Amino acid sequence: MAFKIIVLAKQVPDTNEIKIDPVKKTLIREGVPSILNHDDANALEEALKIKDMFDDVHITVVTMGPPQAKDMLAECLAMGADDGVLVSDRAVGGSDTWATSNALAAAIHKIGKFDLLFAGRQAIDGDTAQVGPQCAEKLGVPQVTYVTEFKIEKNMKDITVKRALEDGYELISIQTPCMLTAIKELNTPRYMSIGGIFDVKNKTINVWNAKDIEVDLATVGLDASPTNVFRSFTPAPKGKGVMIEADTEKEAADKLLINLKAKHVI
Amino acid sequence: MAIKVIKDKCKGCKLCIKACPFDAIDMDGKLAVINEKCTACNQCIAACPFDAIEKTEDNKVVDLSAYKHVWVYAEQRNGKLMNVALELIGEGYRLAREISEDTKVCAVLVGDEIKGLADECYAYGADSVYLLEDPLLKNFTTDAYTKVMVDAINEYKPEIVLLGATHIGRDLAPRVAARLNTGLTADCTRLDVRVSSYIDYANKNTTLDTSSLDPNDPSTGIKQTRPAFGGNLMATIICPKTRPQMSTVRPGVMQRREKVEGAKGELVNVKVAISESDIKTKIIEIVKSAKELVSLTDADIICSGGRGLGDPSGFKVIKEFADKVGGVVGSSRAAVDAGWIDHSHQVGQTGTTVKPKIYFACGISGAIQHLAGMQTSDIIVAINKDADAPIFEVADFGIVGDLYKVIPQIIKEWDSAEDLFEASLK
Repeated sequence: MAFKIIVLAKQVPDTNEIKIDPVKKTLIREGVPSILNHDDANALEEALKIKDMFDDVHITVVTMGPPQAKDMLAECLAMGADDGVLVSDRAVGGSDTWATSNALAAAIHKIGKFDLLFAGRQAIDGDTAQVGPQCAEKLGVPQVTYVTEFKIEKNMKDITVKRALEDGYELISIQTPCMLTAIKELNTPRYMSIGGIFDVKNKTINVWNAKDIEVDLATVGLDASPTNVFRSFTPAPKGKGVMIEADTEKEAADKLLINLKAKHVI
Repeated sequence: MAIKVIKDKCKGCKLCIKACPFDAIDMDGKLAVINEKCTACNQCIAACPFDAIEKTEDNKVVDLSAYKHVWVYAEQRNGKLMNVALELIGEGYRLAREISEDTKVCAVLVGDEIKGLADECYAYGADSVYLLEDPLLKNFTTDAYTKVMVDAINEYKPEIVLLGATHIGRDLAPRVAARLNTGLTADCTRLDVRVSSYIDYANKNTTLDTSSLDPNDPSTGIKQTRPAFGGNLMATIICPKTRPQMSTVRPGVMQRREKVEGAKGELVNVKVAISESDIKTKIIEIVKSAKELVSLTDADIICSGGRGLGDPSGFKVIKEFADKVGGVVGSSRAAVDAGWIDHSHQVGQTGTTVKPKIYFACGISGAIQHLAGMQTSDIIVAINKDADAPIFEVADFGIVGDLYKVIPQIIKEWDSAEDLFEASLK
């Protein structure tokens, strides 16, 4: 019986590349690349390390999104995952984290029994860190988030992880099946290999709609989501201040200090 | 709720496509069509010059009146309250009073032998303290804390539950919200219940057009504002259909109240039902970090370095600068990603949100995701070689120059600031 790992991943816009139109105050999305979310790459890498170390490990990458998210799944397969599942359906569009986790949990249920569910801590477009834990809740498995170190015993059951806290860390033992979320410190994701890219065409990406995953339609999509967007807007720029004109560094420093003093902040 | 294109009005100008942050609009010939990526964020409605896009509201009326009071998860570690707990009691107090006179702010203490913390909660504004004590709750575990929080929420039915967006709060909150089948909004930086307060906030601090909002609207559903897209977009999220309304809130953003020594409140001992078999994880040990504790959120002055430092040794200069001015060292994500400094120093959307009296941005270009974490600082000073760097757009004072020459001068002149100021008045 293979050791089954499911990795949750998301295709996200590279938020570092997004700029605001200075006049219209809207997002400029043109030319912004879609990428595999960083933390998810760490989750996949850890799964791949398990596969490197032990025989008979099977990795399925699961995502939800528009049809083009297949590209990201192909990237995951080229890194070494065995197969991919894309949940894509207008009916699940606009889902918040609660509704998203209902859809993903239904997809995972369809895939069948798993030993380890690995997700990234959070996606860089939403930054919520909620979907991983909420899937774990729907699937009834325990979780550890913010994992920075991972070790599994030869029995493929007992896991020890290091969980980052703001002021230190915890060492936690947990048993499969369980859900873990990865952060950057866990590992360095590998690149796709040439052979890996070549192999993608022999691997399967299943695209499932809401009917395929047999999810209750009253629990997915925009209308079912308990949270809704009320308003959205671009943050107001603070407004340009004073540029300090000076001929020498000393003059600049002096002028700055005078200004700070005048503002009573020093 | 959904976004709809009014076919007769759409002229196919594609302005909505440009405005959409989610790539959720396609063209079908000369007609805009909303696809499944739509989150009903409303950006397209404002962008459409022909009023061809509308939001369809559903008018389901749900009785939510059984839920009352504002709960704050008063996170404690090792018998000590986290700063964010006190900040949230302050914020919860403000919200409770805005909802109604008889709405209380309640601190929820979960742990073992932590009754002593109740007085501190009262002193910072809590009307009541709900105490959930058990030896099995001594340290945080997702399983145990989720179970007792869910049980308590089901029993007492709070209207709002706030948690700090700490590593623990962000682990616990999604699990609790999922089990209660209610909404949760992550990492909020602003909360409102009154529409009038929201309008005031929006007019003062945002680009939002508030003309469609009614300041006399009596509803008190929570409006949770948070950054998304790495701080490129702000979204206000509501939770209209389910209760409680849950939020995690960024540490360092909300204001704690003035401490009132000896303040008293009502103590509620909550019965907890928890057994060892409920807890599937086992804590082997908890290690406090030996490395320098970076308390960016409490710092009055932050000296931050970015990629403009050129190499990791630049942080020596930044450290010297911080030591001189009594500040703490911060950094941009670029410097962290380059491996020049530990992530604990990172300021920004994926790092820490800070609000010091003075923020020195040295060699930081000012990526949106960085600005999201520091632009509410009282005074921002930017030092950068590149006069076009976006950081200057938010800086109160900007110096275009070589930071390796400018900073040593500031260090040198720091103690004579008073004299320089006096001299400048003459």
